[in-house]
Amino acid sequence: MTEGLRTEEFQVNMGPHHPSTHGVCRFILTMDGEVIVRAEPVIGYLHRSLEKICENRTYAQCIPVMDRFEYCTSMSCNEVFSLAVEKMAGIEVPEYAEYLRVIMLELNRIASHMIWYGTTALDLGAITPFLYSFREREDILDMFEMTCGQRLTYNYIRIGGVSRDIPPEFIPKCKEFLATVDHKIDDYERMLTENPIFMVRNKDVGNLSPELAIAYGVSGPSLRASGVKYDLRRDDPYSIYDRFKFDIPICHNGDCYDRYVIRIKEMRESAKIVRQAIEQIVDVEPNTGKMVKANFKPAKGEVYSRIENSRGEMGVYVQSTGDTKKPLRVKMRGGSFNQLQVMPELVKGVKIADVVAIMASLDIILPEVDR
Amino acid sequence: MELIGIFEYLYEQLVATGIPQVWVDLISLVVSAVIIFGILALIALFLVWWERKLSADFQQRMGPMLTGWHGLLQTIADAIKLIQKEDITPTKVDRPVFYWAPIICFVAAFAVYVTVPFGKGLIVSDLNIGILYIVAITTFTIISLLMAGWGSNNKYALLGGMRSAAQVVSYEVPMIVAILSVVLFAGSLSMVDIVESQALIYQWYIFRMPFGPIAFVIYIIAATAETNRTPFDLPEAEQELVAGFNIEYSGMKFAMFFLAEFINMFTVSAIGATLFLGGWQGPFLPSWAWFLIKTFGLVFVFMWFRWTYPRLRVDQLMEFSWKFLLPLAFANLILAGWMKYSGWFNW
Repeated sequence: MTEGLRTEEFQVNMGPHHPSTHGVCRFILTMDGEVIVRAEPVIGYLHRSLEKICENRTYAQCIPVMDRFEYCTSMSCNEVFSLAVEKMAGIEVPEYAEYLRVIMLELNRIASHMIWYGTTALDLGAITPFLYSFREREDILDMFEMTCGQRLTYNYIRIGGVSRDIPPEFIPKCKEFLATVDHKIDDYERMLTENPIFMVRNKDVGNLSPELAIAYGVSGPSLRASGVKYDLRRDDPYSIYDRFKFDIPICHNGDCYDRYVIRIKEMRESAKIVRQAIEQIVDVEPNTGKMVKANFKPAKGEVYSRIENSRGEMGVYVQSTGDTKKPLRVKMRGGSFNQLQVMPELVKGVKIADVVAIMASLDIILPEVDR
Repeated sequence: MELIGIFEYLYEQLVATGIPQVWVDLISLVVSAVIIFGILALIALFLVWWERKLSADFQQRMGPMLTGWHGLLQTIADAIKLIQKEDITPTKVDRPVFYWAPIICFVAAFAVYVTVPFGKGLIVSDLNIGILYIVAITTFTIISLLMAGWGSNNKYALLGGMRSAAQVVSYEVPMIVAILSVVLFAGSLSMVDIVESQALIYQWYIFRMPFGPIAFVIYIIAATAETNRTPFDLPEAEQELVAGFNIEYSGMKFAMFFLAEFINMFTVSAIGATLFLGGWQGPFLPSWAWFLIKTFGLVFVFMWFRWTYPRLRVDQLMEFSWKFLLPLAFANLILAGWMKYSGWFNW
């Protein structure tokens, strides 16, 4: 039939402003009909030179800059930089401040996964789940707002502690949220998990083998979906994570569906951690720690700190010369960067609709890629 | 009351006044076209508002609230805005194709209503090939989508146009086979005859066990695909193709596609109500009210799908049609034929 017919590949420019590239990522897709032959990500549209900006700020001033590093989980960005400087300067953080940090980090992880849940459903064409998950995310943002006055860029976790204590109405509000969050996640699951259309769109799509994932440095939920049980909260504990009991969910196929299941389970685990922290914090003497001043100069040295963010390993490398108030070098590492790098391997030979599904399941966010 | 269409009734009245035959033809044509167009434009505006309100209910939002009572005038405000918009024609488009695509889409959507019985006697023309006419006219929509996709000189639009052509062609077949089983029982292609053959509730084709419900489900699935709605809204998949075939259209041309889409949804619901749910048959209420209740009930089902389901992928869509729906539809047709032949449940 096709004899004598000439077909040719054509290029589609997906992005930089496209509804489902989660920011401003651009893909140059070489396509044969609906099938992807080659995909080439082009990054840099959201580059703000954050590392260089940090090198021209005092250590305390770097924290608000870090907020912009990965704005879906600003708390993690604050935490990772504070950890690095504290490690370098040998600053002790009071126990109470550590509890507040863990509560905020885990709430932020839930909020981040809720964004992921909504946008994933949206990318697959289901609009309603997006509104549902943003409804619960709103409760978390309200809690952040009553604590630090901000809803997106918190500047809350500082070097040496946290910026202020939680208000008295925080704990009741948080308990109320934790009492309902499991039912809400059940609601999310009812909408997608067993949905035959959702399953047929996600099962065996974008299979990421553990070898490939490790070779590309994929981390976080995307790595655990491929069967590698690696979570920095357990394997390289920071803060006070060793005091809490929580499971590390794991799946084995590494397809989009497993990455979905992992993140849904992680939301429940994070809620579990917050529940324990809320119970334990009442016995701790309130002390939010002493924050460093503008003239703070750590001793000469270099340090790399890393934490488990909702999008994989988030790390920051800080180098100090010991005689200035500013860091000599700041290098940031985001999980999304590696997840985006593995994309061209995963999308070879799939349909254009799968590109969107795979990208959504890897949970890539562009500010973290471009910095 | 004997059944007479609006068209015939007007025609007789005009002939009685004694004006020349040409004028009689012309006036009666224009009048019935204007009546149908007016009713449908109102319905389309209402459907747009209803969809927004329903989606808001599903998503725990308010929806439009400010323009009129509960935002009832919102669609009219939107329409006025769209008329005022600049009508952009991008360079290098295939001008005649680009220009005619929305018009064909719009006209095809309205032309269907020549043979749709809105109530007892409320039909423009009771053609003896009514359902065949409807199937033929709705197929015109594909041509317009292909034209829009091709003429726009845009890769996303082209992909959208190609997808819609492939999709509508493959879902047309099971849909027609499902309709055929009803036609087989009614023994007529005329819409009025089909409605009259289901005068009592147990005679509705959806209740004719076992072929009726199967045919109805096949029809609903195929009709969802036919009207490009979730979970089969691939031609305009926002997350993949940005807007699909209508990506380059703006202003009134876009509004034409948009309205035609809602009219098409009403069309498939009206046909579904007529073929399977007894059309305008029902007790107490006037016949047009029963027709509207049933049709809007089906419209609600389509909207419900849209705000609940994710979208299928293009190859899964094709597989579902050719490997599952079509064999099922044919098996069902054979079953219906055997039922008709043996006189089983043949009331």
